[in-house]
Amino acid sequence: MQFLTLVAVLALMSAAVYRMGRGRAQALAVTGVHRLHSLPSYYGYYVALWCGLPAVLLIAGWLSCEPYILRALVVGALPPEAKALPAARLSLLMNEVRQLAASGDFRFSSSPIATAAAEQYRVLRANSFGAMAVIALSLAIVGGFYGMRSISPKLRARNRVEAAVKVFLVASSTLAIFTTIGIVLSLLFESLLFFDKIPLTQFLFGLDWSPQTAMRADQVGASGSFGAVPLFTGTLLISVIAMLVAVPIGLLSAIYMAEYANPRFRSVAKPLLEMLAGIPTVVYGFFAVLAVAPFLRNLGQSIGIPIASESALATGLVMGVMIIPFISSLSDDVISAVPDSLRHGAYGLGATRSETIRQVVIPAALPGIIGGILLAVSRAIGETMIVVMAAGLSAHLTANPFASVTTVTVQIVSLLVGDQEFDSPKTLSAFALGLVLFLVTLALNVVALHVVRKYREKYD
Amino acid sequence: MSTTSDAYLRQDADAAAGMAKITAGDVNVHYGDKHALKGINLAIRANEVTALIGPSGCGKSTFLRCINRMNDLIEGARVTGLITLDRQDIYDRELDVVQLRARVGMVFQKPNPFPKSIYDNVAYGPRLHGLAHSTADLEEIVVTSLERAGLYDEVKDRLDEPGTGLSGGQQQRLCIARAIAVSPEVILMDEPCSALDPIATAKVEELIDELRENFTIVIVTHSMQQAARVSQRTAFFHLGELVEVGDTEQIFTNPQHKLTQGYITGRFG
Ligand SMILES: Nc1ncnc2c1ncn2[C@@H]1O[C@H](COP(=O)(O)OP(=O)(O)O)[C@@H](O)[C@H]1O
Ligand SMILES: [Mg+2]
Repeated sequence: MQFLTLVAVLALMSAAVYRMGRGRAQALAVTGVHRLHSLPSYYGYYVALWCGLPAVLLIAGWLSCEPYILRALVVGALPPEAKALPAARLSLLMNEVRQLAASGDFRFSSSPIATAAAEQYRVLRANSFGAMAVIALSLAIVGGFYGMRSISPKLRARNRVEAAVKVFLVASSTLAIFTTIGIVLSLLFESLLFFDKIPLTQFLFGLDWSPQTAMRADQVGASGSFGAVPLFTGTLLISVIAMLVAVPIGLLSAIYMAEYANPRFRSVAKPLLEMLAGIPTVVYGFFAVLAVAPFLRNLGQSIGIPIASESALATGLVMGVMIIPFISSLSDDVISAVPDSLRHGAYGLGATRSETIRQVVIPAALPGIIGGILLAVSRAIGETMIVVMAAGLSAHLTANPFASVTTVTVQIVSLLVGDQEFDSPKTLSAFALGLVLFLVTLALNVVALHVVRKYREKYD
Repeated sequence: MSTTSDAYLRQDADAAAGMAKITAGDVNVHYGDKHALKGINLAIRANEVTALIGPSGCGKSTFLRCINRMNDLIEGARVTGLITLDRQDIYDRELDVVQLRARVGMVFQKPNPFPKSIYDNVAYGPRLHGLAHSTADLEEIVVTSLERAGLYDEVKDRLDEPGTGLSGGQQQRLCIARAIAVSPEVILMDEPCSALDPIATAKVEELIDELRENFTIVIVTHSMQQAARVSQRTAFFHLGELVEVGDTEQIFTNPQHKLTQGYITGRFG
């Protein structure tokens, strides 16, 4: 609440200063002999930036350091017996202190030590906020004054504002990039912890996956075995089935849309097809579980093939349907991008329409189509919801589409759902699997984008 | 479109004498509401180069596209009148468009080699129409076509490289070789040199002159010098109408019509 007030005050000050700066510049323009370098509103922005930006930066910096400083101060003031607690207990205590301080209700405090620390924490935090508010507001006032003082016809306000905008944009994109790097690094770090316990070769080439590790040393049958090959083959099997559905249907419908359909039909059918991509994957998931799997099982029964109710086939079929629009939409784009001059060249030689499409248009569009397929494959491999709902949990090493298999994503989910210790190989193996998944989809994406770009260059 | 229509009877003297390879009788083309060609009567003689000239938008390309029925591909285009190739109505229901286009080849304004190898570009037509009975046959066709297009010496060591990697002028000669490879009787060229530099243009013009021996050529050009250099007959179009047609020399030295005169002396266009 207080914080929102502070921000609102700062915003109001910036707005006020903007008007003042603009007014001042307009006045200069009327009275002065010199022409203004920029439009008056740029002077306004310039002053507003001077007023708001330093204060905002201060607040951001302050808030990101505050917890650490407060914690250090509170821990420093704890009685010696509390200070001597092991690190984990100490951190528990500090958590309680923070919560007590936040609620302001000390009735449920576990110990007088916590109560005292919470009181101190409250006071410190209030002081800290007060100090921050005072400094930020003074910074805003000083900045505003400085900005107003520097207004003169020669001031290149427009260029300065431009520079500020650019810095802001660079900062935003840097933030996005660093987030990505951070995610990858944490994945890598946890995976290294895993590979400390389980050798890389066992993980990559082992044929047996049963990640239950013993909680107690004397537990039976829970040694934990982390051979990920069955997961890889399961993922592969389901993806292959999905692509067997999606590639022909997607490609053929793209050809129809791009080459045969009349514009009116196309304008209706294309959005409909693309709507498939907008259906939440969880809906596909229960479609697979409730409709496709029972249907296949019954079908299998009637023709004498045993089909598991969590068969790779059912999952792959539904995932394939989900992927159709990726392939059809991307292929449609690349097919439409093949210049008409090529088609006319073929027609001019006496080729029929389907000959032209088969022999000239598709080969010309092939790199783009392959790029689209690769993107779709990476989508299939990373798909989680459908497989979590429809595929099995037990890791069978099989190429039989009627059997139940499990995938990398399913295992990651089941490893991380529920209680877990973050130092057991069982939990850590999820990160190793995540890393593999990330590397594979990254490679697919890089190759696909490269292929697509190569193709684009040729016709632009 | 019966063969005894007035239009047919109104053919000029050449047609009556049976010298014409292609005749157009009262040809009208509409694009939707737009009347793009108006009552064209024209006879094109065999083994000659006929140039179609006129300001842009006057319907030269449209007329050219009538001859191999490429207008069929344009939505909303409607062609009426009579066009014959060797006295046979090419818009006849019985006639197979695909075969017509094998007899009437086309070279486009912008070189449009397929993204295939040089060899496959030239072999495309023969393969399509089953003109070669063996690989040796096919190779022979490809080589002679490239030779006749004056390109063979430049590309003989890299026949398996993509045709799109050639220079603009080479690409256009590759497209000519591709058209020749199906042994058409007529070759239509729509401003074949407009995307080429002067040296490449000179090569293609030279080639056109040689090709005249074996093919009937109709060329659209916006360059009067080019028309004068390569053609024997010239037809001048203006606003969808055929204003004047005659021997190239006569058109350029002694035009009968004031519009023609204005155009070739560069007063408009
Ligand atoms: N595909 C088309 N759709 C509609 N109008 C067209 C089309 N092609 C050409 N036209 C029109 O027909 C007229 C003749 O065009 P065109 O034959 O291309 O002229 P030229 O080749 O002599 O420059 C022009 O006015 C043009 O706008
Ligand atoms: Mg034209």
